[in-house]
Order: sequence, then structure tokens, then C-alpha cells
Amino acid sequence: MANETTGSQWPLWEVFTQAETGDPHEHAGSLHAVDGEQAIQNARDVFGRRGKVVSLWVVPAEAIVASVPSDAGPMFEPGNEAAYRHPQFYKVPRGVRIY
Amino acid sequence: MTMTPTVQSTPEDATKLAAFEARIAAGEHIEPKDWMPERYRRQLIRMMSQHAHSECVGMLPEGNWITRAPSLRRKMTLLAKVQDEAGHGHYIYCATETLGVSRDELLDELHAGKAKYSSIFNYPTLTWADIGVIGWFVDGAAIVNQTVLAKASYGPYARAMIRICKEENFHKRQGYEICAVMSQGTDAQKAMLQDAVNRWWWPSLMMFGPPDSASSNSDELLRWKVKRYTNDELRQRFVNLTVPQAQAINVALPDPDLAYDPTSGSWRFGAIDWNEFWAVVKGHGPLNRERVAARKAAHDDGAWVRAAAEAHAAKRAARSTAAA
Amino acid sequence: MGYGTLPDEPEFGAGSDAPAPVAPLSDRAAKVVRTATSGIADNPHVEYLLRLADDRLILGQRLSEWCGHAPILEEDIALANIALDLIGEASLLLAHAGELEGHGRTNDQLAYFRDETAFRNVQLVELPNGDFAETIARVFFFSALQVPLLEQLERSTDATLAGIAAKARKEATYHLRHAGDWMLKLGDGTDESHARLQRAVEHLWPYVHELTWGDAVDDALAASGVAADVRLLAGAWRSSVERVAQAATIALPADGWKATGGRIGRHTEHLGHVLAELQSLTRAHPGATW
Repeated sequence: MANETTGSQWPLWEVFTQAETGDPHEHAGSLHAVDGEQAIQNARDVFGRRGKVVSLWVVPAEAIVASVPSDAGPMFEPGNEAAYRHPQFYKVPRGVRIY
Repeated sequence: MTMTPTVQSTPEDATKLAAFEARIAAGEHIEPKDWMPERYRRQLIRMMSQHAHSECVGMLPEGNWITRAPSLRRKMTLLAKVQDEAGHGHYIYCATETLGVSRDELLDELHAGKAKYSSIFNYPTLTWADIGVIGWFVDGAAIVNQTVLAKASYGPYARAMIRICKEENFHKRQGYEICAVMSQGTDAQKAMLQDAVNRWWWPSLMMFGPPDSASSNSDELLRWKVKRYTNDELRQRFVNLTVPQAQAINVALPDPDLAYDPTSGSWRFGAIDWNEFWAVVKGHGPLNRERVAARKAAHDDGAWVRAAAEAHAAKRAARSTAAA
Repeated sequence: MGYGTLPDEPEFGAGSDAPAPVAPLSDRAAKVVRTATSGIADNPHVEYLLRLADDRLILGQRLSEWCGHAPILEEDIALANIALDLIGEASLLLAHAGELEGHGRTNDQLAYFRDETAFRNVQLVELPNGDFAETIARVFFFSALQVPLLEQLERSTDATLAGIAAKARKEATYHLRHAGDWMLKLGDGTDESHARLQRAVEHLWPYVHELTWGDAVDDALAASGVAADVRLLAGAWRSSVERVAQAATIALPADGWKATGGRIGRHTEHLGHVLAELQSLTRAHPGATW
């Protein structure tokens, strides 16, 4: 049996918690667990002790694909500069409520 | 501790280092995948692992009184507090792992007696009053430290500290409440409280680390915003906060030199016995051996449990592959 | 080994300094004198609440012994959570028992100033923790009963008890899930973990029957709608235990000797030591506030 060794690190999971229904799931931290059930239970005990959690996601850390720091310029700066994507870019007559 | 020189002074490294220091100076956070000087990484691993170990070893002195807590409310709140310490150790180990070191490696060092943790936990909890005084002094000192660490430049550490500070708010209040109630209690309770204060005061002041004049790591840690204030500054802040709290519950702090200095607005305190500090750091405190042995025993005795969980997960994975 | 030479004269015979016999001799020797462990309850309602409360207090106390010594940090947190839930439930139940009893005893007085024979928990919860397998198997066996029991108690005619049961059922459901998951991991893990769990189950088995033991207290409260008759839950308990045991490849032992007596205050020798620890500080300072 290949996996019957001790001392090997358990897989890492990233934990996302939702404080109230309707809120987004936010990253709370990470933990080690051998499977999803254990990850959910540990996440409940580690990040949900104070009762401000209504929903949990656990995701194997290796399943997350992340941008790298060197990408930051090409990936994000063009978007930041697109002022026309922000409502303040558009002028409307004074005194008119448009929403 | 000897460290290899920071930079081999290639032009590329010098450029990266300059950019790194500029980011820190601008108040940016450093994230795991960002470039960082090797010494920054090592200093963080050193500090964060010591912090995580302290939370875990810190479970033992207080855990010593859970089964004997004098009321159901005290039992529950102490259990919740010690549980938080396990949780906080967990947060910080995870944050440390983002620097490329595994929790298992860190635990191996702790169990081999090679890792440091806060020396305060090498002192024994002799009476119930110790539980109150630890909450008041030791958690009080920790809060002074951690509030500052929550602004540290390394993102994962700062985030863990913010979470910990929020959760630890109640620890100090719990401890101080225990002391306040005992200070109004029977003569035996008052004596117990004063005795605990006498024993914990000086070790608590030592928690902030050696004086600035003898702290080898401080300059660089400050420049890289791993620390934000010096050991002596934080120690003074703690003393200033604590003296009025002691007066409010009629407890004497065991320092004949303690006196208010109106010019600085600070409480001046007497000389700390740094010989004791260094002796305990080097392993000669009352309980260094016992504390490490207890954590090691828990880990060793649990090896078969961890192996079972791994084996079960492997079996399940194999079965689902076979079924597919 | 012998007892040495017997004296010629009885120890308490003429000439000894023993007290004079009570005269005239009464007929007291032939009476059953009622004591703490006679199994007679003045107030079945209070008695029932003490049974629920003491199970939780003692199991919570045992689980809290793990704090700082669990096999992995995450499990320190998990076991402390379960202990906290149980002690919290005990605290509420004891407070309610004290009110109903009407002698002005608080939950703390009931927890800290009753002697062994006044405790009403099953013997299962007072046994030493043993290894992690024993600890898990005990929480599993205990919680497998609490879930169906508390479901019924949520409908108790005692509104306070119903409220406590509603909270406790959610907690017990999680305890069962956590312990059940470990039953699978240990039972269907390594050879060593399987052997340890099998041994734990066999060790604890004589003590599980008491979970569904009932007497006149249950009769009275089932009649008044305060409590469920725990004896009727034996089947549900057995089938939920069997389901998990099978998945965990654990064989449930044949029934043999069955422990009994905890519910009327007749305990194992372990309870005295549990209470010595739990009560020592409080009893050393009677009347003090903490």
C-alpha cells in the first residue's frame, strides 16, 4: 500500500466562508485534511467556531490556478485604466437621478 | 545564530532588493509568490514558527486547570480559550507554510527541542489564580505584540494576526475578570491571587524579548516592517497599560522600583533579570523538558491515527478509481 | 495468605474498650434502609434531568482531558468543541434540575457538591479515555443514542427541556458525524487502527446497554409526556450503530456481561477519581465565588 506512511503532509485545502446568505464566500484560510469530509469538519471547527458562518467551501489548494505577480501589469493595469467602465465617466445633467 | 549573507550582490538581486524595499516603504504587503530576500523569508519563518509553537505549547499550562476549573462557567470559558490557542497555532502554521516550509518540519524541530517558543510557558501553573493572571498578563502582552504584528508587511502573517486579534479580545478580559473576582473574595483567594501575580510579573515582562541593546535581529526586522516597534517600546506600553489595572483590583506588582514618571507619562520599572531570561530560553526553565515531551508524546501517540486517516483516504480514492 | 492467629476472645468481647451494645436490640437489622443508591426517586422529573445532565458533564470532563494532547492539532480543536457542547448542555440541564428541585441548588452546586452516589450518569461516560479509538467509539455510541432521544425530547411537555433538547440535538448530530467519520477512518484504515478500534468496541460493549436502560422514572415521565421512553430507542440505536460498524468493517460483539447501576448511583471506581479532580478546588473553598 503506497500511502501507508506517516509523516507525509496531508493535502492542503483552501477554505471559503459565507457569513450570511447573500454574501460572497470569502477566503478564510487554509488547512490540511485527507479528504473533503474531514476538510469540511476541520473548517467548521477552525473557522466557524464563532458562529458567523452559514456556508463553507473547501477546495483542494492544487486545484486553484492563480495569476503570478509578473502578470500583474499586463493582466490588471489595462482594466484599471478603462475609465469608461466606471459610471463617473459619463456626465448627466445636474439634478437628474438616472437610477 | 549565523545566517548566510543576504545578497550575493549580483546586479539583478540588487535591483530586486531595491524594488522590494520600495514596496515595503510604500506600505504594500508582500505575498507568498512575490520575490523576497532570503533573509526576509528566514526571519519570517523564525518568528512565525516561534509564534505558532508558542500557541501550541501554551495550551499545556492552562490546559492543566480545565478539569479543575472552579465553576461550570469558568470551565467552559477556559476550554474555549485553550481551544482558541490551538486554532491560532493552526492559523500561523498555515501562514508559515506559504513560505515553503511544512508544518511537519516545524513540528519535528519543536519535538527535537531545537525550536524556540515563548519562554513564559515553561513556568508552572500552580493555582487557579495563575489562570487569571496568565490571561491578564500573558494575553495582555500578546495582544500588545499582535496588534502591531497585524500591520506586518507579510500578507499571510498580517491576515492571520488580524483574525487572531479579533478572537483574542476575550482572553485578556476573561483573565482579568478572574483576577477581579478573586480580589473581592476570601482571604485565601486574595493571597492566591497576589502569589500568582508575584510569580508571573517578571516573566511577563521578559515576553517582549531581550532589551533593544541586546537584540540582534531588531534593525532589519523594523526596516522590513516584520516588526513595527522595538522590544523595549512594546514592553513599556504593556507596563503602562497594566499598572492602573493592578491598582484597580488592589494587587501589588512585585517591583519596588516601579514609579510614575510625569515627564514621560510612563511607569518606570526596575531591572529585569536577564540571566533568568537567557537561562529559560536556553532550556533551563522549570518545565522546558516537560512541555516539549508532552507535545512530542501527543504527536507520537497520534501517529497511528494520522496514518489511519491517510490509508483510509487512499483506499477510498482507489475504490472510486476502480469504479469509474 | 493467612490472617495470622485468631485471638482467643472476640475483638469486641468483654474487657475490650468497644462501646457497649445498643440495648435493647432493635429490629433494624432486618430493614432495607433507603440510601442514595436505592433506586427510589422522590422527584422523577428532577432525577431524569440529572441523568441527562450527568452523562454530559462527565463525558465533557473526560473529553476535555484531551485538550493539548490530541493526535493532530485539528483534533484538539474538534474534541474541545464537543466537550464544550456537552458541558454547556449539562450546565443548562443542571440549572433546570435545581429549579425544579426547589431547594435552591444552582447548577454549580449540583456539579461540585454532590458525591459519587448522587451522580446519575451511565458508567460508559466515566471510564478512562483510553486511546483515541476508545475515545471516538465512546462518543459515537453515546451520540448515536442522543440524536433520536433529543429529537423526541424536543417535543417534551417541559418547555425548558424541549428548548435545551432543540439546541442539543443539533450539537449531537454533529458529534455523531464527526465520530462516525473517524469510525470509518480508523476501522477501514490501517491494520493497526482497525485492531485498536475493534478492541475499543469490545472493551466498551458491556457498557453500551445502559444507554437504553430504563426504570420507573422513565415510566412516570413517559406517561406525563416530559420524556421519551429511552428503552424504545434501543432498536434505532442498534441499527444506526450497525450501519456504521459495517462500513467501518468492525464486528459488533455478542452481548455478554452488561454493566448497570449508574442511573441509580452505583458506579465504577473511576467516577470517584473524576469527581475528585473536578470538585477539588471548589470544595477546598466552600462558599467562595469564582
